[in-house]
Amino acid sequence: MDSLIECRDIWKVYRLGDVQVQALRGVSLDIQRGEFMSIMGASGSGKSTLMNIIGCLDSPTSGTYRLNGLDVGSLGSDALAEVRNRQIGFIFQNFNLIPRTSALENVQLPLFYRGLPLREQRARAAEALARIGLDGRGHHYPAQLSGGQQQRVAIARALVSTPSLLLADEPTGNLDTESSREIMTVLKGLNRDEGITVIVVTHEADIAAYTSREIIVKDGQVVADRARTRETSDVRR
Amino acid sequence: MGAFLFLTITTAFRILGRNRMRAGLTVLGIVIGVAAVIAMVSIGQGAKAAVRSAVATMGTNVIIILPGATTTGGVRGGQGSALNLMVADAQDLKKKIPLLVDTGWGKRDVMQVVYGNRNWNAPVNGISPGYLTIRDWSYASGVPFTQTDMDMAARVALVGQTVVDNLFEPGEEPVGATIRLKNVPFTVIGVLAPKGQSSQGSDQDDVVFIPFTTAERKVVGTQFLGSVGALFASTERTEDLPQAVEAIREVLRSRHRLQLEKADDFTIRTQIDIAKVQEGTGQTLTVMLFAIASISLLVGGIGIMNILLVSVTERTKEIGVRMAVGAKRKHILLQFLIEAMSLSLFGGLLGIVLGVFSARATTVIAGWPTIISLESIVAAFVFSLVVGLFFGLYPANKASRLNPIDALRYE
Repeated sequence: MDSLIECRDIWKVYRLGDVQVQALRGVSLDIQRGEFMSIMGASGSGKSTLMNIIGCLDSPTSGTYRLNGLDVGSLGSDALAEVRNRQIGFIFQNFNLIPRTSALENVQLPLFYRGLPLREQRARAAEALARIGLDGRGHHYPAQLSGGQQQRVAIARALVSTPSLLLADEPTGNLDTESSREIMTVLKGLNRDEGITVIVVTHEADIAAYTSREIIVKDGQVVADRARTRETSDVRR
Repeated sequence: MGAFLFLTITTAFRILGRNRMRAGLTVLGIVIGVAAVIAMVSIGQGAKAAVRSAVATMGTNVIIILPGATTTGGVRGGQGSALNLMVADAQDLKKKIPLLVDTGWGKRDVMQVVYGNRNWNAPVNGISPGYLTIRDWSYASGVPFTQTDMDMAARVALVGQTVVDNLFEPGEEPVGATIRLKNVPFTVIGVLAPKGQSSQGSDQDDVVFIPFTTAERKVVGTQFLGSVGALFASTERTEDLPQAVEAIREVLRSRHRLQLEKADDFTIRTQIDIAKVQEGTGQTLTVMLFAIASISLLVGGIGIMNILLVSVTERTKEIGVRMAVGAKRKHILLQFLIEAMSLSLFGGLLGIVLGVFSARATTVIAGWPTIISLESIVAAFVFSLVVGLFFGLYPANKASRLNPIDALRYE
């Protein structure tokens, strides 16, 4: 079985005025379908850059990145948008729901850009909300929902397009412990029950502890890549 | 794409509804511009129609021929002072030019009209048969002149409504009454239906008609028998007027024995010439109002562009999210274009309402006639959409070119 994600010697170099910043320095990484993993690292380590590249929001300066066998590095911005729309679901630290727009319409958004008929958009969005336990909340606005609920709406939005990859950037960063536990349980359930590949970017060890593989990024390089057995993660819980 | 457009448009209007105050202020320029266009066109068309109908009261397809100027002892008498147009001229024109349906002639003088113990100064016109037909006069009561009246120089008169109002008691019957012109008694045989103001603003109903022969011999008098104050002719169709004018010029020049290098000793005018002069003044006003409307539409467009640029900045993060979930450049571009157009459309609709209202108000307050045309409303509507499209293009393009990562990170 080939990998879902295949990164080979990825470099990302920014220019900030006269200074060259090497955000990623030769990262190679394989992620299999159905993995539940975390990317850890301090701020400035390059983990966000890596996540952006994996999420097709950014292109590497050099190196190749294949998603589902497709060489993403060569794609233009519209083709990348198409890939994000069909293959990747994003979950952000601050939820990033569109304000003053109902939960249902927020969840519809990926299907809206895919150009599906309105009826199908609504039906699938309602179904996605139901899957993460928010049925009947579709007409609420983000401001009327708690942080945990907003993040669930965001998860529904990520799920609605049936992606092969869920990319969660500090998904619990703005949540209390209880909500954090809920959200991680939802993600874990999606991975276990539906086989969706989930990557969680975090700097908190106890969030990473939910996952079964942990990568540590430091100074633009992968410095550790270790599997966690269910037992060890349970012990740490 | 259908669902996309539908949702984008409804969303645009929802955003608009949420910021009513801001939207209202933003589109003020468009509102004023569109209202100015609507009001200007309706006032312009109203004025034009008023001129047309005033000119139309002269009659249909009328040609008027006036005598030229005389110079006696170094004093130039001015146009119409010469006595070089004759009854015979008119008869010859009719004979030689088949295009002319009717010809007529007349001469006028202002004099005192007396009835009982009342008197009134009115223009008295001695007219030929045919004149009343050419000028489209109709009768409110009574009968027209007969050929016998003409031949016998009968002392009969037709009076206009203004003369009736000034000489007779309300309800009194003028037909059959005897009025005196220069002490000559005349029997009123008919009252003419009112025509109102002429295109020059004079009261056309302030008039007394008597047979030409009677005028010549008994009332107005003449230095030169058979000379007339003006000749009149009419054609069947308006298109024939220019051709008829040329034919008349030729016949009259040859009758008056004018050499090639000599100027005409008469002036020919048609309804079309008169209408043109009158409409010309309206044109100047229209051009001015059009300039004002263009400037306010321009300012309005810039207002929309400005508020859209603010909106793009405010919603940078939203744009990032949309891009992350799969919005392409065209989606973002369309979203903001549609928002710009819904703003300008909103302004356009308000402007149409305000424009129609101010046109009505102009009619009520200033008494100017206005005509609100569907074309001007449609044009204003389309124009406001175009303004939205044009001025929305820059902000929408800017939004669509945002980098998703930078947009997502924007605080």
